[in-house]
Amino acid sequence: MKKVNYLEIEGKSSGFFVLLGVLGAIVLAGLGGMYYMEHHGHYVTGMDNQIVWGMPHVFAVFLIVAASGALNVASIGTVFGKAMYKPLGRLSSLLAIALLAGGLMVLVLDLGRPDRLVVAMTYYNFKSIFAWNIILYNGFFAVVVVYIWMMMQASMNKYYKAAGFFAFFWRLILTTGTGSIFGFLVARPGYDAAIMAPMFIIMSFSFGLAIFLLVLMLGYRWTERPLGDDVIRKLKNLLGVFIGAVMYFVLAYHLTNLYATEHHGVEKFILAGDSEHTTIFWVMQILLGSIAPLVIIYTKLSASRLWIGIASLLVIIGGLAQMYVIIIGGQAFPLEIFPGMEVVSSSFADGNSYHTYTPSLAETLLGLSGIAAAMLIVTLGAKVLRFMPDSLADKDVNPHHKG
Amino acid sequence: MSKPEAASNGISRRQFLGAGAATAAGVTLAPGISLISVAQAKPVAEAVSSDKRWGMLIDTNKCAKGCSACVDACNTENGLNSGDEQHSRPEQKSQWIRKVDLRDKLTGHEVSLPLMCQHCENPPCVDVCPTGASFKREDGVVLVDKHICIGCRYCMMACPYKARSFIHEELTRQSENAPRGKGTVESCTLCVHRIDEDTANKRDPACAEACNTEGHKAMIFGDLKDAGSDVSKALKMHSSKAIREDLGLNPGIRYRGI
Repeated sequence: MKKVNYLEIEGKSSGFFVLLGVLGAIVLAGLGGMYYMEHHGHYVTGMDNQIVWGMPHVFAVFLIVAASGALNVASIGTVFGKAMYKPLGRLSSLLAIALLAGGLMVLVLDLGRPDRLVVAMTYYNFKSIFAWNIILYNGFFAVVVVYIWMMMQASMNKYYKAAGFFAFFWRLILTTGTGSIFGFLVARPGYDAAIMAPMFIIMSFSFGLAIFLLVLMLGYRWTERPLGDDVIRKLKNLLGVFIGAVMYFVLAYHLTNLYATEHHGVEKFILAGDSEHTTIFWVMQILLGSIAPLVIIYTKLSASRLWIGIASLLVIIGGLAQMYVIIIGGQAFPLEIFPGMEVVSSSFADGNSYHTYTPSLAETLLGLSGIAAAMLIVTLGAKVLRFMPDSLADKDVNPHHKG
Repeated sequence: MSKPEAASNGISRRQFLGAGAATAAGVTLAPGISLISVAQAKPVAEAVSSDKRWGMLIDTNKCAKGCSACVDACNTENGLNSGDEQHSRPEQKSQWIRKVDLRDKLTGHEVSLPLMCQHCENPPCVDVCPTGASFKREDGVVLVDKHICIGCRYCMMACPYKARSFIHEELTRQSENAPRGKGTVESCTLCVHRIDEDTANKRDPACAEACNTEGHKAMIFGDLKDAGSDVSKALKMHSSKAIREDLGLNPGIRYRGI
C-alpha cells in the first residue's frame, strides 16, 4: 500500500462545465420557485392548514438525514480503524457538509418568513427539538470542517482521531434530533414513537452511503482516476446491510402499531389504503427502494458498476419515498380529535377522510435544488481543495489486496 | 430563551405596583373598612399574572346545530372576514374557531360544538416552537408573538386540536384588534384585547358574547381560579370534559355533553 496522494480535480474539461451548468440551472430554478412562493405567499403551493409541511420538507429532511450518513464512511476509517476507508474520509466529510447545506437551504427557504433567519439564530426555546437542531446543524458544519482540517494538514494529523470521534458522536446526536422532530409529536397517530430517532439513524446510514457510492463512482469515472473493485465491493455490501436494517426498523414500527388497536386507522391508511401513500410505500419504498437494490447487491448483477449505480439510485428514490410517506402521509391521516366520535360536518376539514396534497412545481423545484446545491458544493470543493485521492486502486488502498 | 415582553418586564413592574397597592390598601379607617381597596380587575397597563386563569365552559346541550354566531363574531372581531384572503383555497384560509358536528359511533348521539385553541396549561405548540414565538401568558392565554414567528409551522404539527392556521398570502385589511401577517401562524387569542381592558370596558371574548346575544348561552367565559366566577360555579355544579383529556394538557376550554 503506497502513501495516499490527494489531488484537486482538474476542472477544465467541457464535461466539468456542463455539470456546473446543469447543477447551477437547477439551483436557479429552485431559487426562482422559492421567490415565487415567498412573493405570493404559500397559497401558490400545495400546502395548506392540513398538510403544513410539503415537498420542500421531504427533500430537506432527506438531505439532512443523508448528510449525517454520508459521514459514515469517514467514521468507519477514523473511529473503527478500517484502513481502506481512510482515504475516503475527506470526500465523505465534504459530501456530508454539502448535503447538510443543501437540506438546510431548502428548509430555510420554505419558512413562512425566511427573512427572519436571524431570529431563529438568536431566540431559542430549549424545550423545542427544533431549537436544538438549529444548534446541532450549525455545530455539524463546524465539527466536520475541523475534522477535514485535521485530516488535511499534516501537522494536525495527530488530532484527527479525536476530531473523528467527536464528529461521529455529534452526527448520531444530530440524527436523533432529526428523528425526534417526528417522535416528539404526541398528538399525531403516525408519529409519536421513540423508534423514530434510531430509525432515522439507520436511514441516514443507508441514504448517505448510497449517495456517497454514486458520487464516488461518477467522480472517479469522470476524472478518469482508478477506483478499485475491492473498494466498491465493500461499500456495496455495507449498503446491503444498511438497506436490510432500515427494512427491519420499518417492520418493527408497523408491527408495533398494528398490535395497538388505536393505531389501526393510520396503519390501514398507509399499508392498505386507497391513497397514493399506499402505492408509494409498497412500490417505491419497499419494492424499488429496498428489495430491488438488495437483489442487485447480493446477486451477480453487482459485478457491474452500472448496476451498483442503479441500486444506489434506487435507494435514494426509495429514501425520498419513505420521507414522503412519513412526512406527507403522517399529516394526510386526519387527527383524531374526538376519539369514538365521527365527524358529521366541519368547515375546517376535520373528519374521517384523509387530506390530499398535490405539490406545485415551485415547491418541487425548491426541493430538487437542494440536491443540486449539494452536488455543486461537492464539485467545487473537490476542484479547489484536495479531497479525492489520485488513485483508489485496490493495490493502493486495500491492505488486504491480493493481486 | 426569550420571554414575551409583558412577562419578563412584568416582574419588576408588578412588584412596584404591588407595593403601591399594599400602601394604598393600608389606608384603613377602621378594621375592615378601607379608604382605598385593591380592585379585583387589573388596570390595563399592568402585566398579566397567574392569579387568574382564563377559561371557558361550552355546553354542547345548548349549542345549536347550524348556528354559527360564535364563528361569525370571531371573524368580524379579528378581521378574518375582511375579504383579504382572496387567493387562498378553502383549506388554506384561516379559521380561529369552527363549528364541528359529531355523532357518537356507538350510540348515534349527535352534538354540535365550537372548536378553537383550547389554551392548554401544557401546550404542545409552546413546547415545540423553536424561537419561543408560541407562548403562554401567566393567565393561561396561549398566543403567537407575531414578531418572532418564523413560519416554520411546527406548532401546527404539534397541536392536537388543529387549532392553528398559517397565513398563506399578503393581508392588507387587518382588524386593529388582531395584527396578522403573511407567513406566520395564528390562532384564537381568547380576544385578549377585550379581556385585558379595565374593569369598566372589559368584555367577554366575541364568540361567548355572540352566543349570549343569540340566546343560547352555551359559552361561559371567566376566571377558572376565581371560585365565585360564573364559569367556576358552572364547572363545579356539572360534570365536564376536556377534549383529548388523555393527553394530559389541561386545556382552559371545557365541554359539557361530549
